[in-house]
Amino acid sequence: MFRSLLFIPGNNPSMLQNADVFLTDAVIFDLEDAVSIKEKHNARNLVKNYLQTSTVLPKQVVLRVNSVDSIYFGEDIKLLKTKKIDYLLIPKMNKETMHKVDIVLNDFERKNNLEQIKLIALIETAQGINEIDYFAENKRLSALFLGGEDLANDLEIKRTDSNNEIHYARSRVIFSAVANGIIPIDTPYTDINNVEGLRKDSEQAKELGMKAKASIHPNQLEIINEVFSPSMDEIDWARDIVRLSKENSDIGVFQYKGKMIDKPIIEKAEKIINKAKQFGIM
Amino acid sequence: MKGIAGSKESNDCLITIESANSTTIEINSIVGAFFYDQIMETVKETLAENNITNVKVIVDDKGALDYTIKSRLLTAIERMKEDV
Amino acid sequence: MINGAKRYIPDDMCAFISSKNHLNKERKLIERKQKQLNTVFLDSLSDVFDILNIDSNMVLSFHHHLRNGDKVIQLVAEEIRKRELKNLHLAPSSIFPSYTNLVNLIKNGNITNIHTNYLNGEVAKVISQGYLKGKLIMNTHGGRARLIESGDLGIDVAFIACPVVDKYGNGSGAVGKSACGTLGYAISDLEYAKKVVLITDTVVDKLDNYQLDGQFVDYVLTVDSIGDSSGIVSGTTQITNDPIGLKIAKDCANLLDFLGLIKNGFSMQTGAGKTSLAVVKYVEEIMKKNNVVGEFASGGITKAYVDLLEQGLFKKLYDVQCFDLDAVQSFQKNKNHLAMSASEYGNPFEDNPICNKLDFVILGATEIDLDFNVNVTTDSLGNLIGGSGGHADIAYGADVTIIISPLIKSRIPIIKEEVMTVTTPGSDVDILITERGISINPKRLDLRQKLKDSSFPIFDIKELFDLSHKITGVPKKIINNKEIIGFVEYRDGTYLDCIYKVNHGF
Repeated sequence: MFRSLLFIPGNNPSMLQNADVFLTDAVIFDLEDAVSIKEKHNARNLVKNYLQTSTVLPKQVVLRVNSVDSIYFGEDIKLLKTKKIDYLLIPKMNKETMHKVDIVLNDFERKNNLEQIKLIALIETAQGINEIDYFAENKRLSALFLGGEDLANDLEIKRTDSNNEIHYARSRVIFSAVANGIIPIDTPYTDINNVEGLRKDSEQAKELGMKAKASIHPNQLEIINEVFSPSMDEIDWARDIVRLSKENSDIGVFQYKGKMIDKPIIEKAEKIINKAKQFGIM
Repeated sequence: MKGIAGSKESNDCLITIESANSTTIEINSIVGAFFYDQIMETVKETLAENNITNVKVIVDDKGALDYTIKSRLLTAIERMKEDV
Repeated sequence: MINGAKRYIPDDMCAFISSKNHLNKERKLIERKQKQLNTVFLDSLSDVFDILNIDSNMVLSFHHHLRNGDKVIQLVAEEIRKRELKNLHLAPSSIFPSYTNLVNLIKNGNITNIHTNYLNGEVAKVISQGYLKGKLIMNTHGGRARLIESGDLGIDVAFIACPVVDKYGNGSGAVGKSACGTLGYAISDLEYAKKVVLITDTVVDKLDNYQLDGQFVDYVLTVDSIGDSSGIVSGTTQITNDPIGLKIAKDCANLLDFLGLIKNGFSMQTGAGKTSLAVVKYVEEIMKKNNVVGEFASGGITKAYVDLLEQGLFKKLYDVQCFDLDAVQSFQKNKNHLAMSASEYGNPFEDNPICNKLDFVILGATEIDLDFNVNVTTDSLGNLIGGSGGHADIAYGADVTIIISPLIKSRIPIIKEEVMTVTTPGSDVDILITERGISINPKRLDLRQKLKDSSFPIFDIKELFDLSHKITGVPKKIINNKEIIGFVEYRDGTYLDCIYKVNHGF
């Protein structure tokens, strides 16, 4: 479960050694865009040795690998042997990519006696959005992650603060993720010094149905966590509902503050309680 | 043959390795007073694990942890091997 | 012998017992300076030396309000060099990196003893290397006031840099081309030195408001410039952008809030570093959210506190030195921005010094040990890099003393089995906040009790110590050279620790 994810460049020892400290639900160690071609080796070595030997690791570890079509992918996934990686983040996901990744991972799991590797799909092309329903049901996937910047490049449009240009993509990601019971993750907000902009952007994403947001700087985490956590009012409400549902377990339907409470609402309350517990808010 | 990896950023190190007639290891570290022995141990271990002998290694350390030193050295070794 | 902080002190020295021990002692005061009938104005430093018969073996004092822009101590040092005076004892309240021409005077034996509260730069380096032939005594700000008023250190001549002086010899730091704000560290020197010389670059007819009373002033020396303004106001005004620093600051503010310390009428002090400024910012947010108005903030004052005063979030500022231009300007115009002397600030023998009224203080550390002793005097190799300043004064005075620091600074763990030098005894340090956890001094049962069921990540200090070693590896123990080059003098005049010559090769 995520509210927040933090990108850390794979070749940056200062960031790496504090990765466990940042208040994020997951850290994404990046071997792809944040690492130049000639440093791919170096970054991979660093992340590998860090994962193998560090005594303090983030709560959840995500590794962004290079494209399945690149010469680096095969080397990148070898880091799975450290057994410290919870998810691979697969860039430029589409139907064909999912298929290729599946084949490579099936083989890799068999050879190395590993359990099924969980994935997060980074959807950052028009094709990825169009084909989303074809790959979103893959059992490996735990989340769909919208990459707004690359998508805008693909569409040859500008990213704006209104987010009008990614509204459709956001909605597709949200619908597809929720329909498949996995988490929709929103694109990072790139203006790292704009606190108000980040808050607005996060709230907008949440309203649409995003359940988490990625960040590119640790200082963004506080706002993201706040926006994507259940509020204290919500938690209080959920507590009441869950308590009353237990008291009225034989009836199934009951009233709360003049409103009818039935099964879907009880489930919603349970989800909120579950989230609040996961995120350490209660 | 020569390989260089890493940087002089804080918490990183710059490692240079080149073939030589015997093995020498030079460590310049801002935390040498506290960790010289440990850095030396990491370098020796990594060389041994990779069966590397007869090299001159220079470690310019800015407070890197052991896994960083090891990683930089591994990359430097790979680069040395590619440098023909 | 081993003193009350478990540190070795030579048998013939007056050993530190406890931070409360001054309560068992009487205040010792020498007579204040005789009033002057008239103040003499001079324009040559050489004349000042001649008239006052400044000679070898004398004690000369200075203050550090002009900080790294100070030209006065440099001027006097140059005169000492020209005259080839020997065995002088200097008592500047601090020594900054720009005071470079003291270096050769130390090496050549012109200056052989130093009392100061803080030093860094080249002078600190040569003293660490053992070039000072006598001893270095490191005081606290409040302790220096006690030292001077008691006559334990008799000052022959006080050279007081003063941004503006009037024709009656009254002086102020509020205006003038080298304005630096309050002159709190110079007050004891003014009142108790045998002779007082104000050095200024601005003379006016009459000052309506002045901090230095002309009745104590023997001579006024006018020079072209007493300071370089860019070096005077060198305080940090930028809040840290480092996520680790911000996390520590946020945890600190939340902890203060949880403990109920941010309440109406509260008082606080912090250092002027970037992380401290972030704490101030977060405290400000909490004050606004809860409609809290504090009684006062004190210390070296920065823009962050001026903003709080101007928003009505604090009723008063007590200012011993201004760290930036905003503080200087506020001191000029705001009647609630009040000057305090070092004695009113932290002298243990004052009836009710400001430090004792503080609810909480936020301080830094270069090292802290398992007994919560804090070192801000030397680095982990024993090199002099700072000093108490007000650290030990306010740690004693405040109800809750909090140390904020990263657990690891470029691979060096901040928690040691024993600190290299004790600046502030652990008995006065209550809470350590790092990015990987918080530790409460076991003697603060009250705080432990309050925080018992909180969600703060609270650990034993030994657990944090072990955690840091897991991350960095175990650092090799540094064995001190046994040659004593100076002492840390506690605020009550007892000896808290020795300062040793550093080993060669580091």
